[in-house]
Amino acid sequence: MTVTEDRPGPGSGTPAPGGLRSWLRGRSELGVSVLLLVVGLLVVIDTLAESGGGTDSDPIGPRTIALVLGGALLLLSVLLTIDILRGGRGEAEGGEDVDLDAPMDLRTVGMLAGVLVATAALIPLLGWPIAGTVLFAGATYALGSRAFPRDLVIAAAVSLVTWFVFDTLLGVDLPGGPLMAVFGG
Amino acid sequence: MNTFDLLMNGFGNALTPGNLLFAAIGVLLGTAIGVLPGIGPAMAVALLLPVTYAFEPTGAFIMFAGIYFGAMFGGSTTSILLNTPGESASVMAAIEGNPMAKQGRGAQALATAAIGHFIGGIVGVTGLVLLAPLVASVAVDIGAPDYFAIMVLAFVAVTGVLGASRVRGFASLALGLTIGLVGLDPISGQPRLTFGVPQLADGIDVVIVAVGLFAVGEALWVAAHLRRSAQEVIPVGRPWLGREDLRRTWKPWLRGPFIGFTFGSIPAGGAEMSTFMSYVTERRLSKRRDEFGKGAIEGVAGPESAASASSAGTLATMLTLGLPTTAIAAVMLAAFQQFGIQPGPLLFDREPELVWTLIASLFIGLVLLLVLNLPLAPAWAKLLRIPRPYLYAGILFFACVGAYAVSGQPVDLLVLLAIGAVGFLMRRYGLPVLPAIIGVILGPDAELQLRRALQIADGDVSTLVSTPLSIIVYTLIVALFVVPLILKVITSRRPAADTPAEKEDERV
Repeated sequence: MTVTEDRPGPGSGTPAPGGLRSWLRGRSELGVSVLLLVVGLLVVIDTLAESGGGTDSDPIGPRTIALVLGGALLLLSVLLTIDILRGGRGEAEGGEDVDLDAPMDLRTVGMLAGVLVATAALIPLLGWPIAGTVLFAGATYALGSRAFPRDLVIAAAVSLVTWFVFDTLLGVDLPGGPLMAVFGG
Repeated sequence: MNTFDLLMNGFGNALTPGNLLFAAIGVLLGTAIGVLPGIGPAMAVALLLPVTYAFEPTGAFIMFAGIYFGAMFGGSTTSILLNTPGESASVMAAIEGNPMAKQGRGAQALATAAIGHFIGGIVGVTGLVLLAPLVASVAVDIGAPDYFAIMVLAFVAVTGVLGASRVRGFASLALGLTIGLVGLDPISGQPRLTFGVPQLADGIDVVIVAVGLFAVGEALWVAAHLRRSAQEVIPVGRPWLGREDLRRTWKPWLRGPFIGFTFGSIPAGGAEMSTFMSYVTERRLSKRRDEFGKGAIEGVAGPESAASASSAGTLATMLTLGLPTTAIAAVMLAAFQQFGIQPGPLLFDREPELVWTLIASLFIGLVLLLVLNLPLAPAWAKLLRIPRPYLYAGILFFACVGAYAVSGQPVDLLVLLAIGAVGFLMRRYGLPVLPAIIGVILGPDAELQLRRALQIADGDVSTLVSTPLSIIVYTLIVALFVVPLILKVITSRRPAADTPAEKEDERV
């Protein structure tokens, strides 16, 4: 179901002078249309750049489906744009811990993304136990926990136990890093 | 060997200590996951996929099935005691169960739900035992054109029937299909959407896609809207039922499974649709219709038993046709593919031991779940007090472990984050996740079936509608599109009795 309360009245399809920014703000979903457009163009261009159509043993070849899909993405981009301009809105997903009345807290999301990137960079340098500790502790901090020594201890414990269980018991290779080399791991 | 012997053999295998342990771990994890907010069975199985590489497939699937059924049991505990159902399957339990809990009848609501799940599960799995071999034996003869038709039906049904907006459903499906396209074409070896990056030649691993969409996307989305004030959990005693309650619940308990199994086995909404249909049925049949919405015990009994039965129906379709109708079935199908096993009609011939051990362990798991949940529901409810930063940090942590374990490359974490960002956007703008994951997992297979069909027919497109089954399926697909249109015309001709805003919502 869509939220229709902020449906624009007749005539508001064209933005008032200077009101372009606020007009766009209510229609940030147009970003999804742009995403579909970009992905669709990528698929079409990438497919057309490759040579080779069908052969006797493979009549439609590898390009047909990709072109159909690319076309569908472009069409959906147009349809979604029309829907948004006519006042349609995708309904944000709820959940037990989700409070949709609160404004979106993009700072937390950005911090979490940063923590993930940092983890990816730290794994080859310091190994899983330390990178995992940074990941867990960083995520709890980003999510608003400020119990400083406790969070770090829990993070280190979770990370070490996981590393041990995966690497030793389950045979999934997680690098121990320099710290574990000290312990002869 | 007939079905009964096969099932007994299955019990013999399922009752070995190793497999019992997997069943126990599965139901324990499943119940915990069902109770915990923010984490559902599909996400849990996705997170566990990398771990299970170390196991043999039978144990892994026993555990997954335990998680699936356990999450149903646990989910109703949360929605009864905390009026915000996280899993869509337990919405109905919240509507009637939460008012019951507020009136001090939480114990009865929990007991009704647990016993309902048990009965629904047993009836549903019995249906699976009776019907699955039959379907499999009929389906053995179906060819590539039929498979392609059925997969198109799955795409259209999960996309067009569910959700409020078709254009958003199809956008999600198209994005999923695009992710599935990345990599070398399996037939010609031609690179598609790899942009010259060698890591993309093998495609984006389905584990990373599933974990990214379900776990990272969900964690980021919740983080953006995290409820700062703790919600109140209604305290409750040990579940029990009085004679009067039993008199009111036994019929809904027995009716629910038939609705649940049917709707669970077709690609039309899984447990969500099943519980809704059961709720509507019980309200219609009830002599105390005025109680509905204020804590009618029938409204807990029917939908909850339908929910577990729908899991069995979903498994039946997944095992016999290789067709996922829900998110968790899609992830389980991915797990089968990881183990090099192809679910479908031949599965019953090729892997009878796996299939029947899995089915037998479902019965065992349901008994374990009843024992775990009936007396212990209040204890499980304590899980709701877990501090949210730890819960979501843990989800992100295990998402990263899983993504890294796939191939041991840190760059996979960045891919994971990118897919998580897509998952975030989808939640923000109402794009359903299910079509995307079905597209990723089923898309490459559908293309393969299409090209195989055309290969056999020397490029003659009419081969796609050359079998009775494919014609029936395409007719169904057309009906799925046409019927809502006709209904719309009829309702718009009716004098404007309902609010105009409602009608305008039915767009594209």
